[in-house]
Amino acid sequence: MPKDYSYEKRKYTIAAIATVVIVVYIIRLFSLQLMSDDYRKSADSNAFRKEIIYPSRGLIHDRNGKLLVYNEPSYNILVTMQDQRGVDTLDFCRTVGITKEEYIERMADIKDSKKHPGYSRNTPQLFMSQIPAREFSKFREKLFRFNGFSAEKRSVRRYAESIGAHFLGDVGEVNQTDIDSDSYYKSGDYIGKLGVERSYEKVLRGEKGMRIMLRDVHGRTQGHYQDGKYDTEAKPGRNLTLGIDLQTQLLAERLLENKLGAIVAIEPETGEVLCMASAPSYDPRTMVGRDRGKHHRILMQHPMRPLLNRAISGTYPPGSTFKMTQVLMGLQEGSIDPHVAFPCYHGFNYKGLHLGCHGHTTPTPLLSAIQTSCNAYFCWNLLRMFGNRPKYGNVQTAMTRWKDHLVRMGFGYKLGIDLPGERRGMIPNADYYDKAYKKSWNALTVISISIGQGEVTATPLQVANLCATIANRGFYYVPHMTRRVQGGRIDTTYTRPRHTMVDRRWYEYAVEGMRRAVLGGTCRGANLPDIEVCGKTGTAQNRGQDHSAFMGFAPMHKPKIALCVYIENGGFGADFAVPIGSLIIEQYLTGKLSEASRKKAELFQHRIIKYGNYAR
Amino acid sequence: MRDNHINPAFRADGWVLLLFVCLLIFGWVSVCGASHSFGELDFLSFDSRAGKQLLWISCALGLGAIILMFDDHYFDMMADLVYWIIMLVLFVTPFLAHDIKGSKSWISLGPVNLQPAEFAKCATALMLSKLIGQNGFTLNVRAHLFKASAYVLLPLLLIVLQKETGSALVFFAFFLMFYREGMSGSILFCAVAAVTYFIIGIGYSYDLLPGTTASIGEFSVLLLIWLFTVGLLKVYHPRQPEHARRILSGGVLLHLLTYGFSSLILPFDVSWGQLIGLTAMIVYLGVQWIGQRMRSFLLISIFSIGSIGFLYASDYALNNVLKEYQRTRIKVLLGVEEDRDASYNVNQSKIAIGSGGLQGKGFMNGTQTKLDYVPEQDTDFIFCTVGEEQGFVGASVVLLLFLALILRLILLAERQTSTFGRVFGYCVLSILLFHVFINIGMVLGLAPVIGIPLPFFSYGGSSLWGFTLLLFIFLRIDAGRKKR
Repeated sequence: MPKDYSYEKRKYTIAAIATVVIVVYIIRLFSLQLMSDDYRKSADSNAFRKEIIYPSRGLIHDRNGKLLVYNEPSYNILVTMQDQRGVDTLDFCRTVGITKEEYIERMADIKDSKKHPGYSRNTPQLFMSQIPAREFSKFREKLFRFNGFSAEKRSVRRYAESIGAHFLGDVGEVNQTDIDSDSYYKSGDYIGKLGVERSYEKVLRGEKGMRIMLRDVHGRTQGHYQDGKYDTEAKPGRNLTLGIDLQTQLLAERLLENKLGAIVAIEPETGEVLCMASAPSYDPRTMVGRDRGKHHRILMQHPMRPLLNRAISGTYPPGSTFKMTQVLMGLQEGSIDPHVAFPCYHGFNYKGLHLGCHGHTTPTPLLSAIQTSCNAYFCWNLLRMFGNRPKYGNVQTAMTRWKDHLVRMGFGYKLGIDLPGERRGMIPNADYYDKAYKKSWNALTVISISIGQGEVTATPLQVANLCATIANRGFYYVPHMTRRVQGGRIDTTYTRPRHTMVDRRWYEYAVEGMRRAVLGGTCRGANLPDIEVCGKTGTAQNRGQDHSAFMGFAPMHKPKIALCVYIENGGFGADFAVPIGSLIIEQYLTGKLSEASRKKAELFQHRIIKYGNYAR
Repeated sequence: MRDNHINPAFRADGWVLLLFVCLLIFGWVSVCGASHSFGELDFLSFDSRAGKQLLWISCALGLGAIILMFDDHYFDMMADLVYWIIMLVLFVTPFLAHDIKGSKSWISLGPVNLQPAEFAKCATALMLSKLIGQNGFTLNVRAHLFKASAYVLLPLLLIVLQKETGSALVFFAFFLMFYREGMSGSILFCAVAAVTYFIIGIGYSYDLLPGTTASIGEFSVLLLIWLFTVGLLKVYHPRQPEHARRILSGGVLLHLLTYGFSSLILPFDVSWGQLIGLTAMIVYLGVQWIGQRMRSFLLISIFSIGSIGFLYASDYALNNVLKEYQRTRIKVLLGVEEDRDASYNVNQSKIAIGSGGLQGKGFMNGTQTKLDYVPEQDTDFIFCTVGEEQGFVGASVVLLLFLALILRLILLAERQTSTFGRVFGYCVLSILLFHVFINIGMVLGLAPVIGIPLPFFSYGGSSLWGFTLLLFIFLRIDAGRKKR
């Protein structure tokens, strides 16, 4: 067959065609598979649905283990548009308690890709959130009839008692700032907004878990990716035990009803806050669930500012309670001596300056001065200290020394309590007065700071801390809400003692003076039959009626509680603050109130202070 | 003589058998990977596709063994009978078949659905081998070429009537064999030129050439026609280089003038200038033909005229003759249009392959294919599963296995002593190459979406048995060849 041979070389052409095709395809494979990661990412985003498993939030207990805050299941209703067919809309609306118009509007919102960029017909979309278990059970019964609807279990905070809104805080949906600052949070997550819920957010929240589910082309789940090899379990949040004593807290909040003010009590030997009340307050139970936003807005706009935690964010002139810092400082600096008395002729008179005082014997030695809260004594003290040129050189240096003492006692700066929103108060320094008086000032110019007036302001917490420092005779622990963190320790900030610049021996005089004030001085009302209470009143002058203040601790030896009571416009310290303080001390130390005290508590609970046009 | 006493099955080519078995194993693994959902591992159950495919594979091996037992003279003898029977079957199929995805190409035989089109390839190959194997039959004789083409076009038309365009197109593969058997290379050249014109002309028809109002597609094709003409003149008239030189320089001058005028002075459709130039060129060639009486001048000018005609006819056909979905498929393939539905399959297929990386996700771990993102994942798009689960390494190995098989078949075909055997061998490898070219090209997004199976891989009995028949008949012919 001769005809073959002329075309035989065409086999090379054909072999070349086949080879070129295969080589081109291998090059194409190379560029698809090895040149970029985009296809892998596309495949992953196609196939994986990451399901978040939400951890349960940690519980909050009081110091005796009584539950304060816990979780209750709530439900989100989700809708998958793809499957949502043949639903009796009216029945659905009745069941979940919305109107047909709301239903239509909500559906339109979900589909609106502008408002809702992640919308997909095949994946469940949030329809309604935070439906309480009781309402949800109605829905669950009928769920099988509502094609395309499904439910997701979340939880809401529940409160055993309607107390402590200010320090417990609340939980709400994260805002954009939260999402931007911590990648843990995704839109729709919850975060502690105020109080310990915020400051212990990382402890309480736990860690979210994740299930990687496979999703087919129709959006249906097809089981776990790699049999769950890459799934992570949710770590439940850790529980908190607060230093709060529930009963004392309840009493404190009761006693503040119808008034503005704050009560802070601290356990001196640990710095734990035993109670912290601020009035006006609000019910933490209203700050949960779907209506949180509405209630929050109302509280925000209220003129008396119920959201303000006055115990740590209210800065007041401390009044006479501040005199204890002056006593201690004076003794340490040598401007006064326990045995030297100063004259008081109805007040302080020097170079034409008069600062009034109330009637008591004169001259006044140290202990009587504390007992009677003699203004003149403390004016003399400041005058002698600021005028001591041989020691300090000039008034500025003396002022700096004065300021340093106070800062070491916890004034002028935030103490660092584990709550958001603490304010620092005001302790003026030499620069401040140099600016204010163009460097021409002396002790007399600023004399009112010696009695806790003038430029000086402090928070009730700082005053309570001063009291704890005196109870401890010279040191304090930074006050803190948390007694224990489950499976962890509290921050060392709260376990390290802070010593002041005053020797312990001088503190004994202060304690003795405060004891005398209770036994036969300004705060006789704080005397309790079996408990050695030490106290100091304060009557802080103010534009309106004076603020009524009291700080005290008990028992005198081995003190268990140190507190500060501050009642806005309550008049003399003895009018409101002293009796309220004694009730708190009695409640905490004995665990109950005597019959007489119960009546007294009743009386003070219902005593109303009128606040005309409140402008603080 | 001694050879005749040995069972011919033992003389079957070992390399082809080895490659065949490798591809079958690879194919079955891919069907397992593509057809199973996560968590199910019942490969051997006959309810599952993998189990059924194993049954089809066993049948195919049995079929192969039986064919090896045949006397090789039967193939030659039976060719006409088999061909016409199959043509009859193809003809009646649309009347007997029920509709599967819009095509009427499946006949039910008890539990098994058969697609006669798959067997028509084998019958046509036998028929053509016999025809061309006749003494004195050469494909460079035009009458013979037409006759051979008629035997190809008959089943092609019958299959088009079944609405199986993909399977029908496979019959064009026989023209590769025709080329080997003496069909003029210029026909192949014309086919390549036509495809090139089509891809460029349609693919860039909406992009304007900067500085003009002409489309890049039209401009480029006209430029190509001019260059091809110059090339042809150089090849066929090496002793008269002045013609090619004149046309080349005239063309360069023309392009510079028109393009320069358009971009610098007044933008206009420069393809008009090109057309005038090409007309002048054709007139010039016609003058040469009349003057020198050399037919090649006429043929070259006919090529040019035909090319220009093809360019405008294809554009017209695309926009006015083809159906909407066909037009969309073509335009999507050429990147002219972004159509969601049509591009979805190819896109998901590219994602599947691209996500495989170097080593793949591992057997049964492909997410794209397993979760139904890729359509037809165990039939036409099965190569996705290979790419996703076995990665670049696995997919390249499969391609190289196919290449090895095709090259080996070329070698075997060329060693045949009978024209019948050689022609049949080229039929087998041409069909194989066409299937691999179109199927994998489609999966990789390089060829249009034409639904034809990947040999030995795609799920289903008909295609597997069709290829087994082709391969084993050839092996049997090869085993019985006389030593040259």
